[in-house]
Amino acid sequence: MVVVDGRGLSCPEPVLLAKQAIEAGKFPIKVLVDTVTSRENVRRMAQFSGCVVEVTQQGDEFELMLRKK
Amino acid sequence: MRDRLTRFFASRWGIVLVGAIIGVLGPVLQKLGNPANMGICVACFERDIAGALGLHRNAVTQYIRPEIIGFVLGATLAALLFREFKARAGSAPIVRFVLGFFAMIGALVFLGCPWRANFRLAGGDLTAVPAILGLVLGIAIGVWFLRRGYTLGRSLRTPAAVGWIMPLTMVGLLLLLLWQPVFSEGGPIFFSEKGPGAAHAPLLASLLIGLLIGFLAQRTRFCTVGAVRDVILMRDTHLLSGLLALLVMALITNLALGQFKPGYAAQPVAHSSTLWNVLGMVLAGLAYALAGGCPGRQLFLSGEGDGDAAVFVFGMIVGAAFAHNFNLASKPDALAEGVLKVGGPSPFGMGAVILGLVVCVALGFAMREKKLVAKGG
Repeated sequence: MVVVDGRGLSCPEPVLLAKQAIEAGKFPIKVLVDTVTSRENVRRMAQFSGCVVEVTQQGDEFELMLRKK
Repeated sequence: MRDRLTRFFASRWGIVLVGAIIGVLGPVLQKLGNPANMGICVACFERDIAGALGLHRNAVTQYIRPEIIGFVLGATLAALLFREFKARAGSAPIVRFVLGFFAMIGALVFLGCPWRANFRLAGGDLTAVPAILGLVLGIAIGVWFLRRGYTLGRSLRTPAAVGWIMPLTMVGLLLLLLWQPVFSEGGPIFFSEKGPGAAHAPLLASLLIGLLIGFLAQRTRFCTVGAVRDVILMRDTHLLSGLLALLVMALITNLALGQFKPGYAAQPVAHSSTLWNVLGMVLAGLAYALAGGCPGRQLFLSGEGDGDAAVFVFGMIVGAAFAHNFNLASKPDALAEGVLKVGGPSPFGMGAVILGLVVCVALGFAMREKKLVAKGG
């Protein structure tokens, strides 16, 4: 599993890192973010790129699991 | 209920609706008294606040703009209601200050931020066209750096106090606006008696509209720079659809209110020195892109606890003070007895734009971290 740590990064860096991971093609990809903005941005980009996204909340952080459809 | 609202605001319709609302409210604020084609201009209004506090002494641009206060506090309210208020800081604050400083210089050489560029265009000011192209170019340069690993690094959770500094600063400004104390003879607080600083909608209308926009923009992450950036970076038109909704609705509202006056020269609080409109906005676009969002977005972020965005805002306010104290801000076109006098920046303003571009490009190359990319596990 590939882990992308987007916590604490400004817009659009978490999305950019997640996108690079998707393009590298090693699934599943776990993306960690700590704002709702980043959660929504990564989710939108991943779905747009044809991934299935599963979100779990851990405290005030979020874990997005991206899988290929 | 709260989750459903959150989902709606995150949707395409959510951002379009909010863009449309801002597009209507900008021209309405002009009808109510704000300067022409300046329904909402984050850069101009922060500059007016700097003037009201006496940080610069340009007598025609001094007013504590309630819209700015509303933007921050509306975002704070939304963040608290939806449990998103989160104090955080530590992502290269001094770099953000410098970016805010030069973003303001660029904006004041053009005479407007990305928000006003759109409101100017919607009012028929065609000088906004090359300026917006310059803005897009500046953002594209920012994207080029982002693709090459540009980063300001991670912010960290902080005690709540960090997140409250900006909202409480705005409460303080609101108190100064309501009481209008005079601190010394001929001294601050200054309020313009003529010029754009004297043109303003009634306080309560400005404040309430500001609060509404701050609330809605916090929920939808409305951003005039992210709109362009996301299209260039990843063909994502989500934020752009909000910006286009703003532009279209502002145009329609201006037509309905008789505020649409197409032309190139002598537009309200604008100059037709095309090269410097373009270069000013290249600088602003680059600085905003490197800082992660437009001046409005920085206010909304600072309202929800982002101490780094707050530093950017303070950088902009200091930049505005320098822009007027050092004669960097452009002069608008003037019509004297039917003769057009084309405005634009002084040689100092031109030099400041060049300096700003050099500094931003240097930061674009310098602020890089190699080890942020995904690790296997």
